[in-house]
Amino acid sequence: MASILKIIAQRLALGALTMFVVSVVIFTAVNLLPGDFAQAILGQGATPEAVDAIRRDLGLDQPPITRYLDWLAGALQGDLGNSFAQANFAAFVGSDAGSGLSSVAGQIAPRFENTIFLAGVTALFAVPVSLTLGILAALYRNSIFDRATNILTLSSISSPEFFLAYILILFLAVMNPILPSLSNIYEGMGFGERFTKTLLPALTLTLVVTAHMMRMTRAAIINLLASPYIEMAQLKGISPLRIIVKHALPNALAPIINVVALNLAYLITGVVVVEVVFVYPGIGQLFVDSVKIRDIPVVQACCLIFAGAYILLNLTADVLSILSNPRLRHPK
Amino acid sequence: MADTLLKVRGLKIEGRSDETWMPIVNGINFDLCRGEVLGLIGESGAGKSTVGLAAMGFTRDGCRISGGSVEFDGIDLVNAAARTKRDLLGRRIAYVAQSAAASFNPAHRLIDQHTEAPVQHGVMPRSESESDGIELYRKLRLPNPNEIGFRYPHQVSGGQLQRAMTAMAMSCRPDLIVFDEPTTALDVTTQIEVLASIRKIVEEFDTAAIYITHDLAVVAQMADKIKVLLKGDEVEEADTREMLSNPKESYTKSLWAVRSFKRPQKPAVQTASVPVVSVQNVTAAYGKVPVLHNVSFDMHAGRTVAVVGESGSGKSTVARCITGLLPPTQGQIELDGVPLPSDYRKRDKSQLRQAQMIYQMADTALNPRKTIGELIGRPVQFYMGLTGSERRKRVEQLLEEIELEPSQYYNRLPSELSGGQKQRVGIARALAAEPKFIICDEVTSALDQLVAEGILKLLARLQDELNLTYMFITHDLATVRSIADEVVVMKEGRVVEQGLKEEMFRPPHRPYTDLLLSSVPEMDPDWLTNLLKDRGVDNIGDAALDKMENESPG
Repeated sequence: MASILKIIAQRLALGALTMFVVSVVIFTAVNLLPGDFAQAILGQGATPEAVDAIRRDLGLDQPPITRYLDWLAGALQGDLGNSFAQANFAAFVGSDAGSGLSSVAGQIAPRFENTIFLAGVTALFAVPVSLTLGILAALYRNSIFDRATNILTLSSISSPEFFLAYILILFLAVMNPILPSLSNIYEGMGFGERFTKTLLPALTLTLVVTAHMMRMTRAAIINLLASPYIEMAQLKGISPLRIIVKHALPNALAPIINVVALNLAYLITGVVVVEVVFVYPGIGQLFVDSVKIRDIPVVQACCLIFAGAYILLNLTADVLSILSNPRLRHPK
Repeated sequence: MADTLLKVRGLKIEGRSDETWMPIVNGINFDLCRGEVLGLIGESGAGKSTVGLAAMGFTRDGCRISGGSVEFDGIDLVNAAARTKRDLLGRRIAYVAQSAAASFNPAHRLIDQHTEAPVQHGVMPRSESESDGIELYRKLRLPNPNEIGFRYPHQVSGGQLQRAMTAMAMSCRPDLIVFDEPTTALDVTTQIEVLASIRKIVEEFDTAAIYITHDLAVVAQMADKIKVLLKGDEVEEADTREMLSNPKESYTKSLWAVRSFKRPQKPAVQTASVPVVSVQNVTAAYGKVPVLHNVSFDMHAGRTVAVVGESGSGKSTVARCITGLLPPTQGQIELDGVPLPSDYRKRDKSQLRQAQMIYQMADTALNPRKTIGELIGRPVQFYMGLTGSERRKRVEQLLEEIELEPSQYYNRLPSELSGGQKQRVGIARALAAEPKFIICDEVTSALDQLVAEGILKLLARLQDELNLTYMFITHDLATVRSIADEVVVMKEGRVVEQGLKEEMFRPPHRPYTDLLLSSVPEMDPDWLTNLLKDRGVDNIGDAALDKMENESPG
């Protein structure tokens, strides 16, 4: 066990280092964006004096290193700064922006919660469905079932997300009004209603991520079927389903876990299009809007959260696949 | 004995290669009665394993039974439904695979795998099967029978796994067990223990068995009757004693005669002569793990020094130290009395040239994308500086030395050669540097016996012609007997005994050498019985090793 804890500690430290590097990259990239908030908000007719004044108020006149260190120090203490766009300008000109609305954390928190909710509901469908399909496809490999599953999942992953979304809306909301086509979620909504409203985007995303996970499950299992221990199980008269589930699957977990983690990370960071189609108030929309108006603190915070989600999920996948190896769980 | 359990008639098997079905087995017949053991022997490619599996009604992917019948207790296994076969497999017919380490599922404990067949077939409930497993482990003389089953495969040694697999095969008390080379991957001292266990348990439960192996001496101990296969054809079948004393077919006779090749012992060297290579007090480690402890021995011109020992004894590590791939932490290597730099990168070309290597797996030691001419030509050019037609002439000369026709082989790729021919190319490549000293690392262990003998004869001839010195790393004592002048016995990174071959094979021995020598199966069918009678079950294999360690700690 001690060795596993050590591995986890090592991975965490590596994760922290990666986060630091990512923060540098994010800051540099965001600052390389042409134009800044002062110009964007004041428009073309702005006087240089007014632009300078806002820059000074927002600290944009400081050298980049100072701004980076300020931002990093704040982020480490959980303070992601204040949103430019939502800030009350009087507050900027005056002493300080104290209201919760203008803080980046306050803006992001409800959106992020929605995103996690959507990702969670999607994972709830997608992971079991793709694992089951993958196992069945491995069991009936090269059969009609295997091919049909492959064709269906591949065509769903190859179609654009918005196209899938509109098809689902057409069938499940317009022609058969079973589910609501708009996912306008707001705070204080009951869980049941929230869940129903999330179903359509979740189904769309399920169609998008299933193919990858299902095909990896199938491939990882089939890859092992030539192993001597699978032949041994066959020669013990074990049924094919049990061979796949008991003998192949436990040894195929590592690659499957990694693909699942990658897809979960995608569900958190890459679903803007689906959010837009269903008017789902997730973090993706907020991110795109903030880039448009150069609301740098929000953009940076979103990037940081995306990076964190990726790193954390991959770390979890790493640790889980290490744990799935009996040699590490039970040392000599 | 009259009760026939398994009846195989005209069995034909085809394998798929390049989109066509090629015959692998062309019509095999045999009968097996209850409690009888049939030995199937032959070289690689003879179809032994394929026949063994087909006797269970099973074919590997890409193979099919194309004719004939396999009848088990009145059930036609060739045409039986998958469900019928599944019901028989594990319950009435069991299998013991060659590599137990690969054939146990790494994700489950031994006992879980042991009880799987009985529980799935409804033979007995889990708890009963578990206690039965422990009982079988005890019968098979596994250490800590009560708890060994609760370990994972990687936590148990190879010989113990092989016995646990035999126990697993016994879990439903089958009528027939197919043993597919169960001891081939094991060291001799471990092999003997597994052989004794298998024989005991097969006798005790009166189980019929098919025992597949390429080792005649092993099959002589195990089988009641022997069937010889050659390239998918049956050569002959007879009772074990009859077959050993009076083989009829010339192929069988040649198999029997393989071990007859023996070079005369050369006299002891003069103490004054300078050894070609001298290993002096070498200690070496992989990282922090020590592997060699104060190893010293000399190798003189024109002689063969066999370094023997079981896996993990440090034989190959010594070779790595000599070639400079692994610089020793202490001690040094001398070439013609001059100390060599410990790291090969610090040696000059003439020093590098003097020590060459031939590898165990000719397959992986030859670049598959280079022709034979290029493979041998490179060292010719690198060490001798020959180019163009001179280089070609030299390569052709070398090909003649290794008895391969230059015009035929010069432009071929390694994949177009047989295993023995590839090994010959490996030899020619070593000779191209015109070395004094060649390290042969298990050069014959991947080859069939007849082919291996050819390689040994070639090496012997080259030694006589070129006055070469060989360091011959091997675990096979029969090879040592045929080719060595001196023997160095290694165990756990130490030299436990060294001397002239004649002396080594004559008692009194050191206890470890004695154990090694006595563990090599002989062609006498009573050998194992007598040995067990002489030494007792506690004085073979791991048990004997443990005892030895307790007597002489360190």
